[in-house]
Amino acid sequence: MEHYLSIFIKTIFIENMALSFFLGMCTFLAVSKKVSTAIGLGVAVVVVLGLAVPANQIIYQAILAPGALDGMMGITDPANSIDLSFLSFITFIGVIAALVQILEMILDKYFPALYQALGIFLPLITVNCAIFGAVSFMVAKNLTLGESVVYGIGSGVGWMLAIVLMAGLREKMKYSDVPNGLKGLGITFITAGLMAFGFLSFGGISL
Amino acid sequence: MSSDNKKVLFGPVVDNNPIALQVLGVCSALAVTSSMANALVMTIAVMLVTAFSNLFISAIRNQIPSSVRIIVQMAIIASLVIVVDQVLKAFSYQLSKELSVYIGLIITNCIVMGRAEAFAMKEKPGVSFLDGIGNGLGYGAVLLVVAFFRELLGFGTLFGIEILQLTQNGGWYQGNGLLVLPFSSFFIIGLTIWAIRQWKPEQVEED
Repeated sequence: MEHYLSIFIKTIFIENMALSFFLGMCTFLAVSKKVSTAIGLGVAVVVVLGLAVPANQIIYQAILAPGALDGMMGITDPANSIDLSFLSFITFIGVIAALVQILEMILDKYFPALYQALGIFLPLITVNCAIFGAVSFMVAKNLTLGESVVYGIGSGVGWMLAIVLMAGLREKMKYSDVPNGLKGLGITFITAGLMAFGFLSFGGISL
Repeated sequence: MSSDNKKVLFGPVVDNNPIALQVLGVCSALAVTSSMANALVMTIAVMLVTAFSNLFISAIRNQIPSSVRIIVQMAIIASLVIVVDQVLKAFSYQLSKELSVYIGLIITNCIVMGRAEAFAMKEKPGVSFLDGIGNGLGYGAVLLVVAFFRELLGFGTLFGIEILQLTQNGGWYQGNGLLVLPFSSFFIIGLTIWAIRQWKPEQVEED
């Protein structure tokens, strides 16, 4: 239990997807103008990450990992071992796209209110690099199924935290006197940099 | 070269820069800019993937049903990225380790997808290829500027060759620790955007 809790805290604060690994930056910078939309997108990201990371973990360990298919195909000689890991990119992106599509259909059928609220954000998530990045990190860190569930949800919550904070800052910034050339994107970059600086201080926590 | 082609090729470098104006492909721009060599490899990889995905998608644009076009684009892009990744692993394993998941993340780099959707689906293959190269150049220009400052002021080197001799090597230059950290690229990109917008005032955002 403690182990899972420490992974959870670590992925939210120390290894924050947005502010430590700079993943999902395109949407992070483009959709952080209002707090309400930021929350909507954040929830969608948490849900998709919570499903996509474990789903890809199962597929990777069962099919793509080096030697995973040997038992099924009856291969005992290590020289003939099947290694499909080069297919992982295309599989992951396919799984993520399919998952988002299915989620969209389920929400449309059973939770129309939530579907309306999430609106355009769901399909956008397919190309959000935070999802793909988390899946790639899951493979690189060699997580188990249980860990990958916690890792997925934790990184989603971390990303949501970052984008909601950013949106809050930008709402206030409307009333500030920003130099002309920096307006919009420029000052957003610098703000994000300062936020990342702040999040760096979590790096000192040892779990 | 006709003036139209020139515009397609060099327009994205300053006038319509993918990072500074369209907010596309920011994630990798932040994470891989610690050295000029990494930035250059990343630039070449993104340029090749964008150019060839534009070329292939444009070549079959009349055969792609619009309802499944995203999946078709994803499949083409993912295959190209797998090729790049395998080539890099074969010829420069050290670099591929350093760039880790960020090579895979080219799949979800919005520049590639954005150009496929906005340009290659409408235009002829030849000009789409040029558009891909041009956007790769625009992306690379920002990447190399950021990497130049980070490597020169952070480590005192360029492409690993010593330019400013560091104090620990008996020289005079005290390396700037801030620029070694990845989030410093936020500030550099923010300031670059400011500089571009001072030069081209029509890019200033109204809010």
